[in-house]
Amino acid sequence: MAERILTRNFHLPESHTLRVYRETGGYEGLSDVLAMAPATIIETVKRSNLRGLGGAGFPTGVKWGFIPKGHQGPVYLVINADEGEPGTFKDRYLLEKDPHGLIEGMIVSAHAIGSRLAFVYVRGEYVQPWRIFSRAVQEAYDAGFLGKSILGSGVDLDVVVHRGAGAYICGEETGLISSLEGKKGWPKLKPPFPAVRGAFGAPTIVNNVETICHVPHIVQRGASWFAALGTAGQGGTRMYSVSGRVARPGVYELPVSVTLRSLISEHAGGIANGRRLKAVVPGGSSAPILTADEIDVTMDVDGLKNAGTMAGSAGVIVMDESVSIPEALMIVARFYAHESCGQCTPCRESTGWIYKMTRRIVEGRGRKEELDTILDVARRGAGTTICAFYDGAVGPYISYIEKFRDEFEALIPK
Amino acid sequence: MPKLTIDGREVEVPAGTNLIEAARRLGIEVPYYCYHPGLSIAGQCRLCMVDVGNSPRPQIACNTLAADGMVVRTETPKVLETRQSVMEFHLINHPLDCPVCDQAGECWLQIYYMKHGLYEPRMVDEKVHKPKAVPLGPHVILDAERCILCSRCVRFCDEITGTGELGIFQRGDHSEIGLFPGKELANPYSANVVDICPVGALTDRDFRFAVRVWYLETAKSVCPGCSRGCNIEVHYNLRRPHHNQGHRVARLKPRENPEVNQWWICDAGRYGGKFVDDASRLLFPTRGRENAAREVGWDEMVPLVAARLRDYRPDEIGVLASPRMANEDLFVLKRLVEHLGIANVDFRVPPGRPGDEDRILIKADKNPNTRGAELIGLAPRAGGLDARGMLRAARERRLKGLWVFHHDLLASAWPGSEIREALRALDWFIFQGSNANGISPDADVLLPSATWVEREGTFTNFEGRVQRFWKAVEPPGASLSDWEILARIGDALGLGAVPGRAEDSFKSLAAGVPAFAGLSYRELGDFGKEAATA
Repeated sequence: MAERILTRNFHLPESHTLRVYRETGGYEGLSDVLAMAPATIIETVKRSNLRGLGGAGFPTGVKWGFIPKGHQGPVYLVINADEGEPGTFKDRYLLEKDPHGLIEGMIVSAHAIGSRLAFVYVRGEYVQPWRIFSRAVQEAYDAGFLGKSILGSGVDLDVVVHRGAGAYICGEETGLISSLEGKKGWPKLKPPFPAVRGAFGAPTIVNNVETICHVPHIVQRGASWFAALGTAGQGGTRMYSVSGRVARPGVYELPVSVTLRSLISEHAGGIANGRRLKAVVPGGSSAPILTADEIDVTMDVDGLKNAGTMAGSAGVIVMDESVSIPEALMIVARFYAHESCGQCTPCRESTGWIYKMTRRIVEGRGRKEELDTILDVARRGAGTTICAFYDGAVGPYISYIEKFRDEFEALIPK
Repeated sequence: MPKLTIDGREVEVPAGTNLIEAARRLGIEVPYYCYHPGLSIAGQCRLCMVDVGNSPRPQIACNTLAADGMVVRTETPKVLETRQSVMEFHLINHPLDCPVCDQAGECWLQIYYMKHGLYEPRMVDEKVHKPKAVPLGPHVILDAERCILCSRCVRFCDEITGTGELGIFQRGDHSEIGLFPGKELANPYSANVVDICPVGALTDRDFRFAVRVWYLETAKSVCPGCSRGCNIEVHYNLRRPHHNQGHRVARLKPRENPEVNQWWICDAGRYGGKFVDDASRLLFPTRGRENAAREVGWDEMVPLVAARLRDYRPDEIGVLASPRMANEDLFVLKRLVEHLGIANVDFRVPPGRPGDEDRILIKADKNPNTRGAELIGLAPRAGGLDARGMLRAARERRLKGLWVFHHDLLASAWPGSEIREALRALDWFIFQGSNANGISPDADVLLPSATWVEREGTFTNFEGRVQRFWKAVEPPGASLSDWEILARIGDALGLGAVPGRAEDSFKSLAAGVPAFAGLSYRELGDFGKEAATA
């Protein structure tokens, strides 16, 4: 069994408390880390091959490096705890089981990017995680880990915990910033990118919960240690949320070099009830689907990209032979139609249209030409929108139909 | 200044120019809905996509700034396909109710479908339904189903008026424009959202269903509603005279002038032209009051007025010009009073209620040509009386005859009783104007003037900018331009060199008044020029 880093304390009772966190070594190395030069920390994170674990897989250290050199005025660190990607529930566990891990990660990361004010944007439905995390923030303030001159280091950090109101798009980093600013959660035009002009007009780094939780370990144990855990392009472990028709659904922290087959059959206990695997969505609902024959791939960013899908949020949705792929697509299409923010035209209009077509197909009222219409509409709209939402929707639209076309055609009246 | 290549042609543009404007300089039209040069970049419609350099995907031209050496292509197969797709997306939930839509004929969905769409419709499902015929305020009505959610109206109310009445509510294809709770779209510029709405979602409650736009003709003009002199277009209908209750002027629209009003006009100006086709118009020269009133021809009227001016001593006559008159009118009048030696000349009458003013366009002075009257010199001449002095002199029977242009003195800041007493004491009272008003029934001679849309001329705005307006429709009845009435009377009095056209008067003005030196109709062009006011 490989070493667990982020989930190492999950089995302990009261793992969310400051007491247990400190008993297991938490905040121990913080003083030393705060004495390090920010540039050294950024360089370490770059060399560790830590990649964003929220979905985009962008190299974290590189992102931090985008803050304009010599910038005067505030810089903000924003933690994306909106975790809205269907099939993904890892950040929830981090907030509930190891909130101080996140806080320590924020302290180190904020120090690295020169931020003295960090926001944590928590998914609106995550009431319990929000409560637990907010309590941990209070504990950290009371113990001097947050606030002015943390542990006498001269480094300040304040943390604002902000609850979302239940929109998937607010997990998109610029949609999140709009929402945080008190506006409708509409993604922003890029350029400018948030690192240059983000929340409240200031340079802003938005990172996922899990990404930030890795940072203290990387800084204390070294970039090469972290890089060696993973593959050539991505270091470390990550937390795979496995759901669907497996014997043991749940969160599994594994090196990113694990194969999808091993994740399903060994770690998650294989397909439930002796059924056969039909398909897997490996990285949250936006990731293109893989058939049962396509699961011998490593679960790192590059491995899944080479397999024509994506690592995304590492939400692994397993479907067995009893699942209707057209119905699954209808459900996914309904989700994207419901969650499209409506800002730009191709996404706003075609997500609804495609849902209507998939619904009719499932209801036996589809038209012969409509599978090609869906594919054509999806391809034409891809890459034309402000944010990646629509490209995320296109993943399932195209892959479900291309890989399971017979199933769709069987539902269309001759 | 970055130099870039668009569709194989080089163009140099100022730094900060986006690709829509850069292409426009070459005469290349990049289609768009949400972009507006006066508003922030929204990047929502996704129609303005162009191919930029080696970028794998088309980029939105509105949010891409021209850069040195950039190579842009606006007609690649990928760009054309994207435009067609975006048109299809814009139209799948659009009701396609063009036959009953007031925007038909000037709708950018229609225009761009014909240019960039022309696909076979594939959408067979029930469209999304949204609120229809929702009044947003006194002037604007919303059909949310026709809306393409370009957000121009929202940005206008956020960025130009700062009133923030509008927002986009709901999500996805249920998104709709609407008012924030407790708000009404009643700011002084509200109807500009109709102009910038590219489709039939926001229509003008005053104009809609009055005339089909393809029956409308257009004349360039200047708003006479205040001293700003916003550039406007007069849209008038002569082809279907039975439409719009017989009103010829169907609507006034802003005309872009970066120096004056940018793209906007206020609602007061927009709806301020109703007097043109109003029943109160004075149509024929008239002598006598009330039951004795008799319409006469100009051949009878001109000698009558000339005789009055000749038969009374100059100090017994008062002339009250109007800052609503054009420069051309005021200059002939000035020559005439000088010729006759009349010193009791003025143009200023304080309004009964002070005009409203703001930091956007609206000026407190509700006259279009106060500056022109000042520069040309219609103030009292040496030893002459000002307007109120004339009224006092009339009450004291020192002033015997009064010639008032356009003013409704009863709407002034002066007591009505003083005015009535003065007017009744006169031997004669000539009222010259386009419409009957509070004092016109007291006149024993009425001289009917053409309105500004029925003639040519120029106004000088508060900044000293001289701007032309053009004739849209004929003057009704026997009404004439003020300068022409004055020229006929002047001719009868031996004034000499009377103008035959408005432009003749302007030429004499340019030759005779230093502030206007060097100006000509050609020089003024469509957007006007500053007079030498220093």
